[in-house]
Amino acid sequence: MAIERSTVELRKEDFVSDQMVKWCSGCGAHAVLHSIENVFPKIGYKKENFCFVSGIGCSSRFPYYVNTYGIHGIHGRAAAIATGVKVANPKLSVWVATGDGDSMAIGGNHFIHIIRRNIDVNILLFNNQIYGLTKGQYSPTTPMGSITKTSPQGTIEHPFNTGELVLGAQGTFFARAVDTNPKMMIDVMFEAAKHDGTSVVEILQNCVIFNDGAHETITAKDMREDFQLTLKNGEPMIFGKNKDKGIRINGTRLEVVQLGENGITENDLLVHDQYQQDPGIHLMLAKMQAPHFPVALGVIRSAMYPTYDDLVDLQIEKGRENSNIKCVDDLLNSGETFFV
Amino acid sequence: MGKTNQIVELESVVVKFVGDSGDGMQLAGTLFSDSAALSGNDIVTFPDFPAEIRAPHNTVAGVSGFQVHISKNKIYSTGDLCDLIVALNPASLKANMQWIKKGGTLIVDADAFNEKVFAKSGYASNPLEDDSLLQYNVIKAPITSLTKAAVQSLNLDNKTVEKTRNMFALGMVFYLFNIELDNTIKFFQTKFKKKPLVVEANTNVLTAGYNFADTIEAISSTFSIPQANIEKGKYRNITGNVATAWGFLAASEKSGRPLYLGSYPITPATEILMELAKHKSLGARVLQAEDEIAGICSTIGAAYTGSLAITTTSGPGLSLKSEAIGLAVMTELPIVIVDVQRAGPSTGLPTKSEQSDLLQVLYGRNGECPVIVTAAATPADCFYKAYEAAKLAMEHMTPVILLTEGYIGFGSELFKIPKVADLDPIKPPLAEANDPDFMPFRRNEETLARKWALPGTEGLRHRVGGLEKENITGNITTDPINHELMIKIRMEKVMRVANYIPEQEVYGEQSGELLVVSWGSTYGTIFSAINKLKEKGIKVSHAHFKHIMPLPKNTEEVFGRFKKIIVCELNSGQFVGYLRMTYPDFKYLQYNKVQALPFTISELSDCFIKTLEG
Repeated sequence: MAIERSTVELRKEDFVSDQMVKWCSGCGAHAVLHSIENVFPKIGYKKENFCFVSGIGCSSRFPYYVNTYGIHGIHGRAAAIATGVKVANPKLSVWVATGDGDSMAIGGNHFIHIIRRNIDVNILLFNNQIYGLTKGQYSPTTPMGSITKTSPQGTIEHPFNTGELVLGAQGTFFARAVDTNPKMMIDVMFEAAKHDGTSVVEILQNCVIFNDGAHETITAKDMREDFQLTLKNGEPMIFGKNKDKGIRINGTRLEVVQLGENGITENDLLVHDQYQQDPGIHLMLAKMQAPHFPVALGVIRSAMYPTYDDLVDLQIEKGRENSNIKCVDDLLNSGETFFV
Repeated sequence: MGKTNQIVELESVVVKFVGDSGDGMQLAGTLFSDSAALSGNDIVTFPDFPAEIRAPHNTVAGVSGFQVHISKNKIYSTGDLCDLIVALNPASLKANMQWIKKGGTLIVDADAFNEKVFAKSGYASNPLEDDSLLQYNVIKAPITSLTKAAVQSLNLDNKTVEKTRNMFALGMVFYLFNIELDNTIKFFQTKFKKKPLVVEANTNVLTAGYNFADTIEAISSTFSIPQANIEKGKYRNITGNVATAWGFLAASEKSGRPLYLGSYPITPATEILMELAKHKSLGARVLQAEDEIAGICSTIGAAYTGSLAITTTSGPGLSLKSEAIGLAVMTELPIVIVDVQRAGPSTGLPTKSEQSDLLQVLYGRNGECPVIVTAAATPADCFYKAYEAAKLAMEHMTPVILLTEGYIGFGSELFKIPKVADLDPIKPPLAEANDPDFMPFRRNEETLARKWALPGTEGLRHRVGGLEKENITGNITTDPINHELMIKIRMEKVMRVANYIPEQEVYGEQSGELLVVSWGSTYGTIFSAINKLKEKGIKVSHAHFKHIMPLPKNTEEVFGRFKKIIVCELNSGQFVGYLRMTYPDFKYLQYNKVQALPFTISELSDCFIKTLEG
C-alpha cells in the first residue's frame, strides 16, 4: 500500500525527540539513532506516517528518542504489536527496534511469524550478544563458551545466527551492518524501507559495559577489511585490505580465494544477486564467520513476494465486490429469519 | 403426509439428540431447532460434546449431544430434564440416562445395540432386553438398516450411508412433533448444491424416518407446540459466539472505527474468530495469531492506530494475555478482550462451562491494573454486551473484558433482529489534527479518558508505552507522587464508568425477604426457578449483574432492601467474595456448583425455599 509522501523536504531535526537519551556513553545504539534521524528524511514519507514499535531492553527505549508515533511495548512482543499496527493501518511506515534477547529469546515466536507472514515492517535488530539492561547475562546469540554472569563456566548453548534464522523463517529481506559504520547503516536502512515485506536489519552492536568488544574480531581497525565483505548487488564479492581476496563457489560450498593465485580472476568470483528468489546462496553468505570467512555486510537478500498486508487489503476489496452483505443490517437479516 | 395419530398439544418440550462424535448429532439438533423456530416456537439450545474430535467409537467418552428446548412461552433455559432422547448407540444412552424424565420417550437405533459394543459402552447386557428401561416409553427403531434401505438405489458407499442415519432419527422426531420437512430439505439443497446425490440421500432418509414413525404402533399419539407468545417482530436463531462477533461488527459500523481482531484458536471461543473471518466485506481485519500473546499484542498495536481492536480467548489464553492487558491499561488504549469461560484450572474441561475466571479477570495482573468487566447473560445478549464493551472501551479509553461462557457461546436462542440505527451512538474521543493543546495524557474532566490520537494525523506525534508516565504530558518518569496519582486516575477512570451504565434492575418484588444475586449464563435458569416459585405464590427477587467492574451505582442501595441475599454462581464463590469486599455491610449467603454443568431449575427452587425457611 502506498504511503503518503511529504510535500515539504524534511530534515534530520524533524525526527529528533525532546527526550533525554539515556543510553551509556559509547553505546552503539547512539549511532543507530543518528542513522535513523538521517535516513527518515531521505525516505520521504510524511513525518506523521512513521511509527516506531519496540519491546524491552536497551534498544527498546528507541521510540522515546525519535520523534515519530511510537509504542514501547513489553518484552519480546514488538513484532506482534507492529503486526497489529501495520495490518490495521497499512498506510504507515512501521519500524521495530529490538535486541537479540527481545527478538530471538522471549520474542522468538513473534519474530519468526512476522517474517513468515512477510508483513511490511522494518526490523532493526541490535545484536550485542548480551543482555545489557539486566546487566550481563548471555543471550541467544552469545558465542558458545562465553563467560557471562549466568554462565560462569562458559555458555553451553549453540547461538543463533540471525541471518540463518531469518532465512529459515522464509525472510524476504536480510541485511547486516556494523554500528561503527554509519554510512552503511543508512544505506541498508534505506534499502529496508524500500523493500515490500518484512525487512530485518541486523546491526552488530557493541555493549561498552557488559560485552565490550563484542564484534571486535571484525570491527577492529586492523582487522575489519580482512573480515568484512560488503556486498553490492551485481558486483563480484571482493574484500581484504588490498582488495585481493574474493568469494567463489566450489562444488556446493563457498570458499575464500586469493585473486591472482592459481590463475584466479574476478571472473571466477560470485556476483551478488540480492534479488534472487532462491535463498541458497544468501543463506551461505549469512552464515559466513570469522576467522575462516569474512562476515557478509550490506543487503544479503531482498526478494519480491506478496506482503500479508497487501493480501488482506485485496481480500477486503474482493469481499466488498462479491458479497451481498454491505452493512451490518444486511448481515443481521441474512440467512434464515422469520416473523412472529 | 397424512397422519393417523391424535395430536396432543404441549406447552414445551426438551429433546436431546445423542450419539457418537461424528454421528451428526450437532447437525440434527440444529436442524430441529431451526425448524421449530420457523414454526413459531421459542427455542433455547445447547450442544454438549467431548473435548476429543473422535474419541473411541461406541464409548461414553465419545458421546456427543445437542439439547433443544422448544416452547409456546418465552423460555430462558435449556431445561433440566429431557422429554425425549434420541440415542444412536448404547454408549450415548448410557451417558444420558441421568437426563431423561421419568416416563420420558427414548428413540434408539436398535441395530446399534449388539453384543459387540455393550462392553465398550459400559453395559453388561442389552438394556433394550432387560427391565432397566421399563419406566420409559422406548421406541426401538432399526435406524441403520432402514437408512440403508432408503438409499439402496443410489449406490452410495457405506461411509456416506452411515452419515445419513442422523436424518432418519430427525425425520422421526419431526413426525413426533408435527413439524414439516420442507425447511430441512431446503437446507440440504443449499448446503450440498454441488452434490445432488447427497441431497437425494439425505432427503430420502429424512422422509423414510418420518414415514417409519407414522407406521409404528409404539407411537400412538404425536405432539404439537403452539406458536410462542413472544414479542412481535423479526427473529433469527443465534449462538452466543456468533452474536458476540456481530455485536462487534455493529459497533465498528456505528463508531466508524474499522474492526481488527487478533486471536488464537481456543475452545470454546474459536467460533468468534471464525465468524469475523467471514466478514471481510464489512472491513473486518482478522489475524489468526501465532499465539495468545500475539493475539492481544497485535490488538494493542491496532488500537493504537485507531481500530476497534478485539481479542477473543478462554481462561488459559487469558492467563497468557495478562501482561499485555497491563500494557493496554498503562497505555490507556481501548481494546476488548472476550473470555468465553470454560472449566479450569489448566486445560480443565475444555468443552464444559464454568464461571471460574472472574477473579482472574478482576485481579490477575501485576501491579494495580483495573479494567472494565462486563458479563453476558444469554446467547442473544452477547450481541448487546459485545456492542457495549466496544462502546465503553472506545469512549473511556481503557480495556474492557467481556465474560461469556461456553454454555452461552455454544448455546443458541431466538434473537429479535435489531436495527443498527436504533443502537446507542458510539463517540470515540478522537484528537483533532494540529490541536495546539494536544497532550497524550490530557483528560476529559468527566470520564478521565485521554484523547485517541491516530498515527498519520498531523501535529499529534507521541509515544505510549509500559513505563509509568507523567500525567498529561505522557513523558516517562519515576516520580513517586506522579505514580500514585496515575494509579488513582486509572482506577477512578474505570469507576466513573458507573455514571454511564444502567442502574441495577431487580426482577420481582423491589424489596422483601430474599434477593437472588447472579451473573453470566445462570440468568435463564435462575429466572425460570423464580418464576416457578412465583406460580406457587412464593416471592423471590432477582438481581442479575451484567456489569461487574464497576458495579452499578445503586448496588448497595438494592442490597439494603432485602432481608437475605444469596449469591448463586458456577464456581466456589468468586462474585460473592468480591461483593463481600466491596460492600462488607451485608451478610451474603451463597449457592455454588463446580461440576462444569449448569444449575437446574429444581435444585435452585429447592435452595430458595430452604433459604426462605432457614
